[in-house]
Amino acid sequence: MAPDPSPPYVLELDNVSKFFGTVIALRDVTLRLKRGEVHCLLGDNGAGKSTLIKILAGVHPPSLGTYRVDAEPVVFDSPREALDRGIATVYQDLALVPLMSVYRNFFLGREPTRTSWGIFRVFDRRLAVKVAIEGLADMGILVRDAEQVVGTMSGGERQCLAIARAIHFGARVLILDEPTAALGVKQSANVLRIIARARDKGISIIFITHNVHHAYPVGDTFTLLDRGRSMGTFQKSEISRNEVLNMMAGGQEMADLMSELGVRL
Amino acid sequence: MSGSSDDRVRKVSLWHRIMARPEAASIAGTALVFAIFWVTAGDSGMFALDGVMNWSVVSGYLGILAVGACLLMIAGEFDLSIGSMIGFTGMVAAIPPLHFGWPVWLSMGISLAAALGLGFVNGQLVVRTGLPSFIVTLAFLFVLRGLTLAFSIIVADRTIVSGIGDLAEQDPVASFLFSGTFGDGGFGWMAQHGWIRALDDGTPLVRGIPKVLLWWAVLAAACSFQLTRTRFGNWIFAVGGDASAAKNVGVPVKRVKVSLFMFTALCAWLFAMLQICDVGSAAADRGLQKEFEAVIAAVIGGSLLTGGYGSVIGACFGALIFGVVQIGITYTNLNADWFRVFLGLMLLSAVLFNNQVRRRVTQTR
Repeated sequence: MAPDPSPPYVLELDNVSKFFGTVIALRDVTLRLKRGEVHCLLGDNGAGKSTLIKILAGVHPPSLGTYRVDAEPVVFDSPREALDRGIATVYQDLALVPLMSVYRNFFLGREPTRTSWGIFRVFDRRLAVKVAIEGLADMGILVRDAEQVVGTMSGGERQCLAIARAIHFGARVLILDEPTAALGVKQSANVLRIIARARDKGISIIFITHNVHHAYPVGDTFTLLDRGRSMGTFQKSEISRNEVLNMMAGGQEMADLMSELGVRL
Repeated sequence: MSGSSDDRVRKVSLWHRIMARPEAASIAGTALVFAIFWVTAGDSGMFALDGVMNWSVVSGYLGILAVGACLLMIAGEFDLSIGSMIGFTGMVAAIPPLHFGWPVWLSMGISLAAALGLGFVNGQLVVRTGLPSFIVTLAFLFVLRGLTLAFSIIVADRTIVSGIGDLAEQDPVASFLFSGTFGDGGFGWMAQHGWIRALDDGTPLVRGIPKVLLWWAVLAAACSFQLTRTRFGNWIFAVGGDASAAKNVGVPVKRVKVSLFMFTALCAWLFAMLQICDVGSAAADRGLQKEFEAVIAAVIGGSLLTGGYGSVIGACFGALIFGVVQIGITYTNLNADWFRVFLGLMLLSAVLFNNQVRRRVTQTR
């Protein structure tokens, strides 16, 4: 998909607030996603990351403020509409069915069909296997057996599969909800590699995490959220890993905790 | 699959691949059952043509139900009302021709519409309330059986009506679809040549292939094709495997489930139509416990009770085992009561085996 080069930002949230009854989930948050960047959204639990994702993904409309896609204000009624604009969200549950094979999951809901014996519309298994393997190879994932059941794959592999699937089906903006949250070190590295690879293909990525060590290596821009407010957006050149860590809620607390426990910083 | 660093896909042998198929255990079980009866009742006539017809017809009736129950189970739901549905649809089809002189094809059509309507209501109740289908359809098990008995008394003043078989034979549609046997000419020809046993007057002992077997074969082939080779089949697996994941990728979860409830009801209707044409009567208490037998056949056939996994072919082998054991035991010296014991143990071992399969598939990380 050739991106229209004119507007500099793919997605923009301008002074967006979201209220749920009396609860202020987000207040005056501004977020701008440049084309082809990895924009990390950092924050502790309860910082408003999930609400922000849901606004971006079209699940909730913002209570106040504007959401723009390609500089054009939008109001999404459903995630489907966001998806039609190329904004794909990979949630933590990944929308994969464990008991089904890689290729069946890859094409779930978008099965390619062909006509068999002139009358029957059948699932084109051969094409599905071929395209799934190619689509995954394109993201640097080697599949030996497209018949492998997803339930036997590791968490990292599944994450990679879900991301590759979103990209294959035309995502130009990927919203990744804590993709490394439950993963070991090696598997996290694999997921980060996929994120970098997606960016190299010109895809813009919002990477939600509370782990600075995962965000810093792949991130270009960092936005920090704390209790529903944005603490600012920083380019990688402007800020060090420790500064990010300290700005996150918990950075100061961790330092206090360490001095309390007698650990020298 | 993965990045280069932890590529650990193990090569598995062909044997393991075969054993990993959902229907593998039921095929092995069928072979075992045949072997046992071959040894214990091989010379009793069980494997003569008429003996074969005896147990295959029992398997065929159950097989029709098992195909529907198996698809629904793969989609993650149960229908415990199919037994009552058999009694209900049978009476709806039989009473109007006998008591009001309606054409048989018309009452059978009305009966079909009623079955589909009830399947639709069952399905809608389950998907809209989110209640377990076990409970919703258990309620329908009683409601439907009670209604069938009550209305039979009100309308016909009896709970068993006979004579429908003859009327069906005179009805072109009903007799073509459900009555009698298929391939009578071929069987007569084989009897003339002495290839199969004939009666003294030269007509063959087995007149043809019972239509129930034909229906079973057609239904099983069509459903197996649907399940494994089409889009809709992919959706059935997905809906049962993880409904919210399926929904998130755009699978119409509710539509898939409701249509399968309707299909299961259709299978019960088909069972009832074949039965009233074969037996010649309809009764309000027909189909008792058939819902459990269908579930048992599906489970023996490798379907997981929790959904998302299973096979139509497996369910058919499950039904075959059922018929062979139920009828075969009468050919042996054993008391027929042992049939239930055997069946229960068979079910238990099938569930234990299936559990292993699921653990292997879902718990390896």
